Amino acid sequence: MSVFLQQLINGLSLGSIYALMAVGYSLVYSILNFSNFAHGSVIMLGAYFGFFAMTLLPLPFVGALVIAALGCGIVAIIVERVAYKPLRKRNAPGLYFIIAAMGGSIFLENLVIATIGPTFKTYPEIFKSTAFTIGSVSINKLDLIMFLIASVSLLILVFILEKTKIGLAIRASSYSSRGATLMGVNVDRVVLVIFLIGGVLAGLAGMMFGIRFTVYPTIGVITNKSFIAAVFGGLGSLPGAVIGSVILGLVETFAAGYVASNWRDFIAFALLIFVLVIKPSGLMGKITEDKA
Amino acid sequence: MFEWYYLSGILILCGINLMVVLGLSLLTGFTGLFSFGHAGFMAIGAYTSGALATMLDVPFIPAVVCGGLAAMLVSFLIGALTLNLKGDYFCIATLGFGEAMRLILNNVQFLGGARGMTGIPMKSDLTVVAIFVVIAVVFMWFLIKSRHGRNMIAIREEELASQAIGINIFKYKMMSLAISALYAGLGGALWAFYLGYINPAIFPLLKSTELTIMVIIGGLGSITGSIVGTFFLTFLPEIFRSFVEWRMVVYGAAVIAVMVLRPQGLLGGIEFSPTGIIRWVKNLPENMAAKKARKLQSKAQAGQGGE
Amino acid sequence: MTNPVLTLNNVTKRFGGLTAVGDVSFEIKEGEIFGLIGPNGAGKTTIFNLITGVYTITEGEIHFHGNGKPQLVAEADPYGTGFWNDLKRRFIFKPNKPFQIAEMGITRTFQNIRLFKKLSVYENVLTACHRSASYGLFVSFFPWKVPFTDIVLPPFKGVAAQEKALNEKTEELLKMMGLWEYKDMTAANLPYGLQRKLEIARALALDPKLLLLDEPAAGMNPEETLALVDLIKEIREKFHLTVLIIEHHMDLVMNLCDRIYVLNFGRYLAQGIPEEIQSNKDVIEAYLGKEEE
Repeated sequence: MSVFLQQLINGLSLGSIYALMAVGYSLVYSILNFSNFAHGSVIMLGAYFGFFAMTLLPLPFVGALVIAALGCGIVAIIVERVAYKPLRKRNAPGLYFIIAAMGGSIFLENLVIATIGPTFKTYPEIFKSTAFTIGSVSINKLDLIMFLIASVSLLILVFILEKTKIGLAIRASSYSSRGATLMGVNVDRVVLVIFLIGGVLAGLAGMMFGIRFTVYPTIGVITNKSFIAAVFGGLGSLPGAVIGSVILGLVETFAAGYVASNWRDFIAFALLIFVLVIKPSGLMGKITEDKA
Repeated sequence: MFEWYYLSGILILCGINLMVVLGLSLLTGFTGLFSFGHAGFMAIGAYTSGALATMLDVPFIPAVVCGGLAAMLVSFLIGALTLNLKGDYFCIATLGFGEAMRLILNNVQFLGGARGMTGIPMKSDLTVVAIFVVIAVVFMWFLIKSRHGRNMIAIREEELASQAIGINIFKYKMMSLAISALYAGLGGALWAFYLGYINPAIFPLLKSTELTIMVIIGGLGSITGSIVGTFFLTFLPEIFRSFVEWRMVVYGAAVIAVMVLRPQGLLGGIEFSPTGIIRWVKNLPENMAAKKARKLQSKAQAGQGGE
Repeated sequence: MTNPVLTLNNVTKRFGGLTAVGDVSFEIKEGEIFGLIGPNGAGKTTIFNLITGVYTITEGEIHFHGNGKPQLVAEADPYGTGFWNDLKRRFIFKPNKPFQIAEMGITRTFQNIRLFKKLSVYENVLTACHRSASYGLFVSFFPWKVPFTDIVLPPFKGVAAQEKALNEKTEELLKMMGLWEYKDMTAANLPYGLQRKLEIARALALDPKLLLLDEPAAGMNPEETLALVDLIKEIREKFHLTVLIIEHHMDLVMNLCDRIYVLNFGRYLAQGIPEEIQSNKDVIEAYLGKEEE
């Protein structure tokens, strides 16, 4: 039983990190209707920003977190301006965006390899492996902090989306960006804001991912799993992305705990295919009937 | 100057990539489906043929063909599960398949696990690869020009209208996927026999991505474009070999640049065929004259407008 | 002229709570031109989508009699909402797909034109002729003729002959529709009116028994519309067709149709020959609004 609870907590903490990543991805999808594969590289950069902020500058944890978040926000916006904006202006089909995103991802990843090097880096120990013990379950302080940061950021995001004017504009654009333009929404600004939000969340996620595991240029490949979470939650749906991420986090930890840790990733992919076969538009995705 | 040995190595690599890209071109360029999992089909081809050759002593060519057929067989299963998915869902599902394939191979000790498989006879030379590629190109060319190829193109253009003219979309998507998997499997098998050893790490997501990028840079819906794209993108990193670390940075930037500047790819929708070139040369005087006439006309109109 | 070709029995389509088509029944007889009219949003195109299997119907059924015996075209979806019902619908419920309905002999055009935009006019029709050939996938890989020449390789004479037949058929259709001079033009670059004609040519390429035309005259000027009336009559004679047509041009409808069915808010309003419809009070009211008294 205690093992079960332990896994549950680990799973939730991992799932909350996936949620940070998946939400940024889903947000972009909801407005621009394409899979932003460069998101993984932005997350990777977040891990590096945080790492260098803590080792070179030396900043405390919170300071580094802010640097990582802002840095990634800026990078995400630059990627948007350089790679996507020209395509948006031309109304290019979604697939060109995907390829540009892939190009961006290759560019960023290899830029890091070329300048910083492909070696693994480990964050300095921030939270000595202190653990609370409640009954027979011990909660790692890091897990708790990760979970809290993720929850708070997502709550702030919900607040922004529901209560502010730009949030309204974002929601309107996600229904129909053309309609929103006609209503006087500046879609260009909306896109800027969602990339900023996505980037900030990516920065937070990247840094915490780096603390939890290690930092290396191809982290992006692992963060692809957050795309999977977003897909089986239902592309473009934020609640879907969060639920998908939590499920993925739980499934992964339980698979590692009860089946075998080296089959963990495989089970995540198998789950993806399974969900899509049962529900082709994900758990909470909109089903769109073709209009003739 | 390139050493011949080095050059022939790159050419073999080009040929192998071309095999896979041709198949992917059918799926992506002509049927309109995006796959980020073709490295998975390559892996199936490579491992099947490798295992047949090392464990059962199957000769070279039959082993390669079996590799292709095995990839095709798996594609039927994958297709049945995923071909009903729309747009990006299909994309991610194929990405999932490719990664899952790699992870399975990583964990199956029978096939060498993460260490991979060694001792595959290195029999893929330039001649064999060239023969395979020529046959592949000719077959693809005639397939595209047949009624089946036309149906696939129709699906790319407009799904609903293709259904309305009696095209079984699922069947044709499946055909397209199966044929592209066959090509990918053959390419993977040839690669295994070229390298002599294989491991799961040589079939990463990046490989699938690169293949798709080759199709798109070459131009969707053009076989000659795929050929040009493959050669261009296989040689590009080799030219920048001297500064190894930066070549992939250049590659990434080049991909973005092409998408931004020439999104239809190098030869999007344009096909270079011998008959086409002859026709073009024949019509050249007429076209030139027409162009001149148009120019004069527009000049005259501009003049009138000015008065 | 009395055998029915298509019968709709109490067909209803609901999208969520909205009833797009409610309890519609009619029968189209062999050889007639049947008009389906009604104000915007009356559910006309939805009926086309139900007949051609793009949507599944909620209640009722549609039968096709064009092939001698009655065939079920569309049946009602027996499953409700909810997760398990969704699953059953996905894996057990197998209504006819649009391509199967097209194979039966019902083809259509689209209100918002859906051509194969990047292909040439010729290729658009050539693709649609595919049902007239029967060679399989396997033989289509093999080179059946020598490039540069007209020499056909002997083992693939069948393929060559079939391809030739397809090309001849395409040529005939394009000439009949007056599109032959535009054959090499990219479909998307055609003028609007010709795009609509090309859609008709493409639909005819399958040798249908019932042709559904969705606003074929939209975007045409009066002369073109008149020419279209003659053209539709001509193809009906030539292909022994039955035609179901949605149209807003009242001139065209009244000149062309043998019988007319009027829809309003998805429901039956009136049915009859053009003269009856023209003088029907309800119809005039639906189109022009109620007169102030």
